[in-house]
Formats: sequence, structure tokens, C-alpha cells
Amino acid sequence: MTCSSPRTIIALGLEGSANKLGVGIVKHIYPGGIPADAELVPEVVELANVRDTYNPPAGEGFLPRDVAAHHRSVIVPLLHQAFAEAKITHEDLDCICYTKGPGMGAPLQSVALVARTISQLWDIPLVGVNHCVGHIEMGRAITGAQNPVVLYVSGGNTQVIAYSQQTYRIFGETLDIAIGNCLDRFARVLKLPNDPSPGYNIEQYAKRGSKFIELPYTVKGMDVSFSGILSFIEKLAKTEPEKYAPEDLCYSLQENMFAMLVEITERAMAHIGSNEVLVVGGVGCNVRLQEMMGQMAEERGGKVFATDMRYCIDNGIMIAQAGALAFARGFTTSIDDSWITQRFRTDQVHVEWRT
Amino acid sequence: MDSSEIEILRQGAEARVYKTEVSGKPAIAKQRFSKKYRHPDLDRKLTRGRLNQEARSLKRCLESGIRVPQVFRTNKDTATLYIEFIEGPTLKEWIFDNADEDKEKELMTAVGKILYQMHANSIIHGDLTTSNIIIDKQGEIVLIDFGLSQISAMVEDKAVDLYVLERAFISTHPESERLFAAVLQAYESQDPAAAATMKRLEDVRQRGRKRDMTG
Repeated sequence: MTCSSPRTIIALGLEGSANKLGVGIVKHIYPGGIPADAELVPEVVELANVRDTYNPPAGEGFLPRDVAAHHRSVIVPLLHQAFAEAKITHEDLDCICYTKGPGMGAPLQSVALVARTISQLWDIPLVGVNHCVGHIEMGRAITGAQNPVVLYVSGGNTQVIAYSQQTYRIFGETLDIAIGNCLDRFARVLKLPNDPSPGYNIEQYAKRGSKFIELPYTVKGMDVSFSGILSFIEKLAKTEPEKYAPEDLCYSLQENMFAMLVEITERAMAHIGSNEVLVVGGVGCNVRLQEMMGQMAEERGGKVFATDMRYCIDNGIMIAQAGALAFARGFTTSIDDSWITQRFRTDQVHVEWRT
Repeated sequence: MDSSEIEILRQGAEARVYKTEVSGKPAIAKQRFSKKYRHPDLDRKLTRGRLNQEARSLKRCLESGIRVPQVFRTNKDTATLYIEFIEGPTLKEWIFDNADEDKEKELMTAVGKILYQMHANSIIHGDLTTSNIIIDKQGEIVLIDFGLSQISAMVEDKAVDLYVLERAFISTHPESERLFAAVLQAYESQDPAAAATMKRLEDVRQRGRKRDMTG
């Protein structure tokens, strides 16, 4: 391996694929220069990671146009705040990373427009990043997990992922709606507040529940299905509210769906022979899910890795993290290619920074 | 458990598999274990349900002339299923070791025909992967691991069953599109009625793509 002089990359990350707008700045240090043919494992220094969340009223979901308007209105103050926290100016940046997809069209577009503008204004290269890969890379960097099976659970995604041959391959996923979407929609049925998030409020209710109500359990190989469970529990909550306490419904919903997630994760671990599991995405904050995953991993002689709300929930630094790794391998996105896409699968990214 | 059941073959996600003998025939004992992470009610429901369902589906396959391990007995108290031991590589191992494209095509055709036959008898496997298909000494295809199976004649269930296998091919065997295509071709050629399942499979795939709408 040839070593050259130390190299530092400072990356700005902009994330707005759903209802959170995140701005993060990360510094990667390569004391021996960037190795040509080894996996990139820089020293990671967090310079800033700020976020602003759009919360619709209780009982309502968020609409793309309202989310986009939110992002447009707070992005400039948030950028100033990030630079102030990082104690740097835009002149110190090596690249500007933004979420190319997947996500909601209008919010993605509003953030990409800002990324494109400051890239041209400051003459700094752009790096388009896959949102899911951002979660995975941030999770790896924070927890130090080497080659884990990744469970990615959020409002829009439910995937069991494992790395091989420069690709994050999807082993299992939802056949219909995402787990976070299912939780959010049930929170709406119960009229739980959207602040700080519907899933958080379900989790608090579940802690007070104790009666296990049997619900459909739908695992198909390494895939899962949640839409039938949602219809079933919605019906219970609406038709016999006196019979089923909201706390018990939340408790049973979590116990049932999380068991499904742990089961498919374990099946993937057995399938590829791994003992490590990393949980990322907004639903990954749920302490009960982390606990169940931990019990499973322990029974297998393995370990669970999880991150807290700063990194689990959508944020800017995860986009900077994945973008800076790609940038170190020479990847940039030209203005012509700086479009966004609502559909961008995790396995479509060429993971050049790993071997 | 009998004292002869000492050799543990493998520990899967939810069962330990031992090599043993039943009435002088080579057998395996598949013991499901309880999962601490699950609520006890749910754990009991799944462990018992899958033990019974696996035995039931295996018997139904055998009655329909589909090659699966013979069922010797079920022990409900220990959640153990005693079935015939099948010697041979899994389809996953076979694909990794094989370089002959004609042989490959021949085998995929056989897999497609068997899956069609299974579905025609309303058996949904529920966990089709290349690890759950064995090539026995005679070169015959043997389906195993029916723990997630169900009895259903619905086109939707059949299509999802095929979709699960397609996903297993994609994730485990990169650049293997031709293999699964050959499986589907053989499946479809069995009966004009299979066209409905193929059409639904396309719908299931589409649902998959739409799912990435939000981050």
C-alpha cells in the first residue's frame, strides 16, 4: 500500500427526504493519505449535526407540499447554525452532499435546489447520496460494527441488508407498507400527537400496556407484510374501543411487529453466517426493538449495535458521512446529474469505498 | 430426546437439526426452540403452529407425489419433528460449484415444474430459498423446511411464494437472472392457468418498487 501525506475531507450534508430537514458537517482524516486499494476507514470528527422537524397536527399525516415549504423556510438559518457550530466557513468545505433519494419528491427537490445553488455559488463539487446508504454508513461509523447484518426501519423503509461485493444487498423487506408507516397510521387512528414523533408516542403507550392481543403474524421467508396487521388492529380500535385499551393495542402491535423484524433479521444472520446486527432508521430508536434484537443476538452469541436519536432519525451528518467516503474515491455529481429520484434502491449504489 | 441424537447438523434461526435414526433409517430430528425475545403467547403460537404445519405440508406433498422428506413422527412436548435424512448439496451449494450451463438449465426446469406441482396442490412453501432445495443422490429435487408453509389456492399467495424465491436468487446469487428466468419458464409452461400467477407476480414486483417512495 502506498502512503502519501495526510489528507482531510470536510463534507457538508443536506437531508430532507421526509419531514426532517438536517444539516451536518463531518471531517474525515486520513493520517496516511487515502489508500488506493483498501477499505476507507477515516478518523471521523463530527463538526455539526442540526435538525428541524415538521410536525403536522395530531391525527394527520404530512403532505409533501407542506414539508417542502417547511424545508424552504428553515434551510438558510439551519445552514448558518451548522457553520457556526462547526466554527468553519464554506471555504473550508471539500464537497456538498445532498440526498438524491429515495424519499418524497417535493421535499427532496427543495433541498437539492439549495445544494445545487451553493455548489455553483461557492464552486464546490456536489455529491448525490442514497439516503439508505447514509443511514448504514453513519451507523457503522458510530457503533464500530464491522460487517453487520443491517436492519433498516423507518417511516418509508423496512429492509434487511447485508454487504457483499461492493453492494448493500437487500435480503428481506416489506411486501407492502413500511413499519414506521404502519405505526404512524395507527397513531393517527388513536389521535396520538405527532410531536416529537408518532412512533415515540406509541412506544410510551406500549410501556404501559400489558395485555397481549393476538394479531396476524405475516413472515414470508425473509420478507414481512404489515398492511393486514394495520387493517386488523384499526378495526379493533374503531369498533370495540371499550374492549381494547389503547395502551394494550400499542403494546401488542409493537410486540407482534418487532418479533417479525427480529425473526427475519435472525434468518438473514443464519443465512449469511453473521453474528452482528446493526439497527438504523427512525424506528431503530425504539428501545423495545433494540432490547428484543439484543436478546436474539445474545442467544446466537452475537451483538446488537444501535444508535440514538441524533443518528437514527434522519439527519444531515449521515449524508455527509456517506458522501465524503464516495468523494474520497473520486465520486462527484455534475449539475446536469443533480436530479432527485423518489425511487432509489439501496442495492443500486456501487460501494466503492469498501472492498 | 434419544441418546443417539448427539450429532448436531446445524443450528438454524429457529431450530436445531440433529442427525439420528428412526427404525434403522437415517433421519433428522428438527427441534424448534423457544425465543426469549418473543411474548410467551406469541412464542407458543408460532412454535406449535409451525411444527404442526410443517408435518401437515410434508404429508400433503408426499400424497401429491412431490419429493420431500418422509415424516416419521412428531413429538409435541419437545417440539421435535422426525423426518427422513436427505443426503446431497443444497441448490445454493450446487449453483456455487456448477459451471455447466446446460445442466443448470435442466435443473432449473425441474425446480420450476416441482414448484408448479406444489402450488397446483395448494401448498405454499412460505420460505423458498436456494438453501431450502436439496439435490439428492439420484439428482432429484427435494424441497425442505416447510415451517412457514400454508395451504392456499390463492393466486396472491403463489405469486408471493415465487417472489420470495426470486429475491433469494437476487441477493444470494448476483448475476443469476437467467437461473430464475428458467425456473419461471418451466413453471409457466406446465399449465395455461399458471399465467394468472405470472401476472400477479408482476404486480407483487411493482408493489416492491413503489415501496421506496419515502425515505
